[in-house]
Amino acid sequence: MTLNDDYLDYPRRHHGYDHKRYEWSMLSERAPVTWPEGKSLAVWVNISLQFYPLNQRGKPFKVPNGMTMPYPDLRHFSLRDYGNRVGIYRVLKALAAHNITPTFAINAQLAEQTPYLVQRLKEHGGEFIAHGWNMDHLHYGGQPIEEEAELVKRSVDTLRRVTGQPVRGWLSPAKHQSFKTPDLLADNGIEYCADWVNDDMPYRCFTQTGHTQAGNLTMMPLATEIEDQFVMSQNLHSEDSWVTQVKDAFDFLLEESREQGGRLFALNLHPWLVGQPHRIACLEEVLAHISGHPEVWQAPAGEILDAFHHATEQA
Amino acid sequence: MKESLGVYDYWAYDQRPKIEWPGGAKVAFWVAPNIEYYELDPPLNPQRNPWPHPHPSVPGYSIRDYGNRVGHQRQMALLDKYGIRGSVSLSVALCEHHPEIIQMCKERDWEFFSHGIYNTRYTYGLSEAQERTMIRDSMETIHRHTGQACAGYLAPALSHSERTLDLFAEVGEELFGDKGGIYTCDLFHDDQPTPVSVRSGKRFISMPYSLEMNDTIVYAVNKVEPRQYATMLKRHFDRLYAEGAESGTVMCIPTHNYQVSCPHRIKAFEEALEYITDHPDVWVATGREIADYYLANYYDAALDSIAAQAATAGKQG
Repeated sequence: MTLNDDYLDYPRRHHGYDHKRYEWSMLSERAPVTWPEGKSLAVWVNISLQFYPLNQRGKPFKVPNGMTMPYPDLRHFSLRDYGNRVGIYRVLKALAAHNITPTFAINAQLAEQTPYLVQRLKEHGGEFIAHGWNMDHLHYGGQPIEEEAELVKRSVDTLRRVTGQPVRGWLSPAKHQSFKTPDLLADNGIEYCADWVNDDMPYRCFTQTGHTQAGNLTMMPLATEIEDQFVMSQNLHSEDSWVTQVKDAFDFLLEESREQGGRLFALNLHPWLVGQPHRIACLEEVLAHISGHPEVWQAPAGEILDAFHHATEQA
Repeated sequence: MKESLGVYDYWAYDQRPKIEWPGGAKVAFWVAPNIEYYELDPPLNPQRNPWPHPHPSVPGYSIRDYGNRVGHQRQMALLDKYGIRGSVSLSVALCEHHPEIIQMCKERDWEFFSHGIYNTRYTYGLSEAQERTMIRDSMETIHRHTGQACAGYLAPALSHSERTLDLFAEVGEELFGDKGGIYTCDLFHDDQPTPVSVRSGKRFISMPYSLEMNDTIVYAVNKVEPRQYATMLKRHFDRLYAEGAESGTVMCIPTHNYQVSCPHRIKAFEEALEYITDHPDVWVATGREIADYYLANYYDAALDSIAAQAATAGKQG
């Protein structure tokens, strides 16, 4: 069976990208950015708080770390729930010990159903960012636009209501999007999105509809490659190896930021994984390693976004 | 479908004419950065899905974009530091999308060879005429943007037909005579160059490129820890260096700027580069340089040796 000749047509083969979401730009060619107080490396720690439903639909695919066994898959359901009951409190303690103010990316359904958890997170201090409805409500190409629009609005509205915070940021479940997701985020007053892992600095995104006060949507890349779940749950590397990888990444970006200008070190954590008794010391080791450097500015993503806009508008 | 493609003959590793690389080097060492473009919404191919999820596959697309936005410059700085000119396995549409990267490589006198148009357009299902058109497009694009006669081929996303090597050799001959279309990176059967027979009879070889040392295979398929990759690279080199005293070997590190250049991995890559280039008897070269040298000095002897081994076996049998 031979393909049609249009398989060799390349309608988007031109300068820049094959889409119009953001501009082509090499990091090393951009004007250097300095973070507040003359710091070179911004450190963003995100805690992902997630609800994996037992009756997983798996639409359009089974979310990583979700249910894998025939219904009812109690082992995975309860192992993930562990993070919201037990793991998070170990993680909060570790964060407090190093004076780290994180973002909490929380599924809106979880926030609505566990007001005590939300209260404790607020007491700890940090910025809530939207993380969709739950881990089985993915955003994907081919999804009816009305369905996705309702999902984004419900997630953002719910989180704003139960947290009392403006909720400026968004992290899609599994970092998966449709072609419309950035537009819908802007429509709902979201200012930054963490899904696109293509840079070590924030950068501007173009949306068709909404324009928030701060300008268009900004991408705040939340690195996947050093995430606890990616290294230990997907790649099945050891805890010790994860620590080494995170330290190596941090050391490299710190050095590059000294030589070339501001960089963003973004670490995404999952209490259901790193909050286990045998792993929490590894997190403590990582947090100790990334704390206390004179060139480091630790802040939640919204503050980093503001500083980025301030620095690049001045430039 | 064939049981075997039959483009090279059996040839025992330990009974070959001795290869001596320039300067008495034991290993010809080359680095092949794959500089690729994956489309956000490519057309579907009935035999292979370009992405594992409904488009847009943001996780896959964005990390590959990281390679071009961020990773390329990091890798290039390292290759500069260790005196290595890259041999770029190029999704040639990158000449149009990101010519700034091409320019940087040109300034360093790097080699460019064809890796198809996009890494999301496969050879599967193409007619012979279509595949020839695609290969010609890729070689002409490289020539138009770099002035280079494309010498090597790595099929896009390692997707092949039974005719791929024949077509590449033929189009190379048509466009550039014996300067173009002289080596393939698509075969992983050897640690030395070997003759490959193509239907035109062109003098054509396989260049060791190593899937085993390919960072994407190592990291994304085999899920290796970054520092273990450095260990693997050093062990691989050590053995080829030792064996190279008997007859010259080839070591290639095929890289991807979205793999080796990630902040948690680049240190391991540098460690290996430093180790390898620190050895005295290493010929740091490009794919074309190795191919040209082999074709000029060892290709004919190789054909004789292969024939002699087969004849010996025939007598004994």
